[in-house]
Amino acid sequence: MEDKISLDHGSGGKLSHELVEKNFVPLFKNPLLDKLDDAAVFKLSGQLAFTTDSYVVSPIFFPGGDIGKLAVCGTVNDLAMSGATPLYLSISLVIEEGFLLTDLQRVMASAKRAAEEAEVKIVTGDTKVVNRGSADKLFINTAGIGLVPQGVDISGSKASPGDKVILSGTIGDHGIAVMSQREGLQFSVPIESDCAPLHKLVAEMLGTSNCIHCLRDPTRGGLASTLNELAKQSEVGIRIEEERIPVREAVRAACELLGFDPLYVANEGKLVVVVPEADAEKVLGKMHQNQYGTRSAIIGEVVAEHPGRVVMTTRLGASRIIDMLVGELLPRIC
Amino acid sequence: MRFVDEYRDARLGKRLIERIHHRSTKPVRLMEFCGGHTVTIFKHGIRQLLPPTIEMLSGPGCPVCVTANADLDKAIALASLPEVIITTFGDMLKVPGSYSSLQQAKAEGGDIRIVYSTQDALDIARRNPSKSIVFIGIGFETTAPTIAASVLEATQEGIDNYYVLSLHKLCPPVIRALLDSGEVRLDGIVCPGHVSTIIGSNPYHFVPRDYGIACVISGFEPLDVLLCIDMLVAQIESGESKVEIAYRRGVKPEGNQRAIEIMDLVFEPCQASWRGIGLIPESGLALRKEYQRFDAEQAFKIEPKPPREPEGCSCGDVLRGVKTPLDCKLFRRVCDPEHPVGPCMVSSEGSCATYYHYGEGYGG
Amino acid sequence: MCLAIPALVKSIDGQLAEVEVGGVGRKVSIWLTPEVKVGDYVLLHTGYAINIIDEAEAKETLKLLEEIADQIEG
Repeated sequence: MEDKISLDHGSGGKLSHELVEKNFVPLFKNPLLDKLDDAAVFKLSGQLAFTTDSYVVSPIFFPGGDIGKLAVCGTVNDLAMSGATPLYLSISLVIEEGFLLTDLQRVMASAKRAAEEAEVKIVTGDTKVVNRGSADKLFINTAGIGLVPQGVDISGSKASPGDKVILSGTIGDHGIAVMSQREGLQFSVPIESDCAPLHKLVAEMLGTSNCIHCLRDPTRGGLASTLNELAKQSEVGIRIEEERIPVREAVRAACELLGFDPLYVANEGKLVVVVPEADAEKVLGKMHQNQYGTRSAIIGEVVAEHPGRVVMTTRLGASRIIDMLVGELLPRIC
Repeated sequence: MRFVDEYRDARLGKRLIERIHHRSTKPVRLMEFCGGHTVTIFKHGIRQLLPPTIEMLSGPGCPVCVTANADLDKAIALASLPEVIITTFGDMLKVPGSYSSLQQAKAEGGDIRIVYSTQDALDIARRNPSKSIVFIGIGFETTAPTIAASVLEATQEGIDNYYVLSLHKLCPPVIRALLDSGEVRLDGIVCPGHVSTIIGSNPYHFVPRDYGIACVISGFEPLDVLLCIDMLVAQIESGESKVEIAYRRGVKPEGNQRAIEIMDLVFEPCQASWRGIGLIPESGLALRKEYQRFDAEQAFKIEPKPPREPEGCSCGDVLRGVKTPLDCKLFRRVCDPEHPVGPCMVSSEGSCATYYHYGEGYGG
Repeated sequence: MCLAIPALVKSIDGQLAEVEVGGVGRKVSIWLTPEVKVGDYVLLHTGYAINIIDEAEAKETLKLLEEIADQIEG
């Protein structure tokens, strides 16, 4: 008889405490969490970055990761995109009644490994259990606090004509890894989610250049949506070249099969950086030295024309507008 | 990817474009009939690269776009039946019917599942013996044989809970209807690629014969479309008109005989209602008497309300090539992919969606 | 409704074939192309192989495109 999470585990009573004390506390072990006070209390001085995200990915286990790893990396990356050093995370769970304890332990172990790599501490959390059918297995919310180093001022509104746009690697890996699970696609070389913490990569980039204007991670909505956001926020145009955008062969093939455009597929371990031309090669070189940036490439530049719009030069030399993702990414048959 | 990447080669594409520029002296109007070709043209910015002598019009070859409101209403009505699981291609989900859409019906509790294939629908039927699985059969001659095959497979296996709502349409009749209407003057047609994989090139002979219009069957990669345009220009410049195949690796003159046979075994031509065009005789497919039991319309009692068209929507004119999306008063102002008024904005290969996403009129 | 993608037939099992596109495997129906053989390339549309690609013609088309390019460049 496999152990399942029941409503009692979320009621705040004995079973709740047992769950937390037997599973979460020893796992994330740190002085702040061990106190088990209602709030984690700590001193911090400087400019703070604060972010939150909820994770509802289905299926919860996919090649290259799971919802636990995603929940930690996603929030760590949001902090990193502000140039912040991620420090503390909260983790909130909403568990569907009947969820397997072993699955929960697996997800949390994964979150722990991610937290270790990201060098963050999980200092506070919450667990709720809802009736069967009221949640899809497991939802996770994480909030994160980080410190922005002195002199670092990164914002989506700072892109400036003449800047170069650099992408840290191949696009579409995460979305396709998840879809492949859902659709039962087999790959001769499996596509894994690129889910990864990018804080170190960002720190190294910031160490190379103090002129970095924008940093953003192209998650839901893909590279296209992220570039559109930057273009709108900064009121500039962005021009990219189709041939320079790195896409894995198997991801391209899967996209063709499923009817997706890689430009719109989610990524969880990539970033886009906008930096003045003078520093571009330097930053690119540094990115290549990091394990999460080996396939970094300059994919385009910021221009004064067509503010708010992203335009791509196609292989044949024509131009076409790259719009934001509208609605959901539905598989295309036509 | 083999047989794909080679036909996207930038150098070969640029040279082909140059040749088209050299060859094209007369102003010509070409229609790319098939929505898939419209997407290729826009995705690669082909219109921008063609000489000013060539004008391209988009045609009604988008099976989603030409599905009549009344037919979509039937699908939505079926979705509300508790014993029915609707299986459909993703393209249909957001298309607005007279009062609702499949997506809305799904939100209201209808069991509607997106599938990639009738194979998936048959699987769902096998796994849900107490339910009735209805497949929304849209598409031209490329897709109809796959639905026909599923009907035969269901018959062979004794799957008795599988049904089809046949909304299939045929290409040659609508091409004729379009040309007969006299609304658009055309010099050449970029003929459908994969429809022709099934039906071959023979069914198009009436076009040069009766209308003096050049026909070239095209593939879907950018080099395929450019080669097709090059061949059309060559025909028109020399004053001849005939049917040619540019997509030789994918189309034989006789087509896929087995697919044609299977289609013919299960379906027979019938009158069909084309959104924006109206009734065209012998342009749709209905299940033959021997396979009537698969007909969802007959198997289930549905009484959808009288169909109605959205006000101000120009999809009909756009589909016939009489207007471009830019001519529609609602385009971008009211009608966009998040709030589509008509099907041309919803279907991934509808003209309006294509113009919207790829930015028609954007110069380099 | 024309999206079809070239795929390599890796194995055949009754009315189904295992095909591969750029390293991605898929099971498809060969109801419409029962004469297909392992090693053939087929056009894949909505889960069915709708045609066997004529490799000789594919070569010819590429040759033609190369000739056009050479002519223009020459």
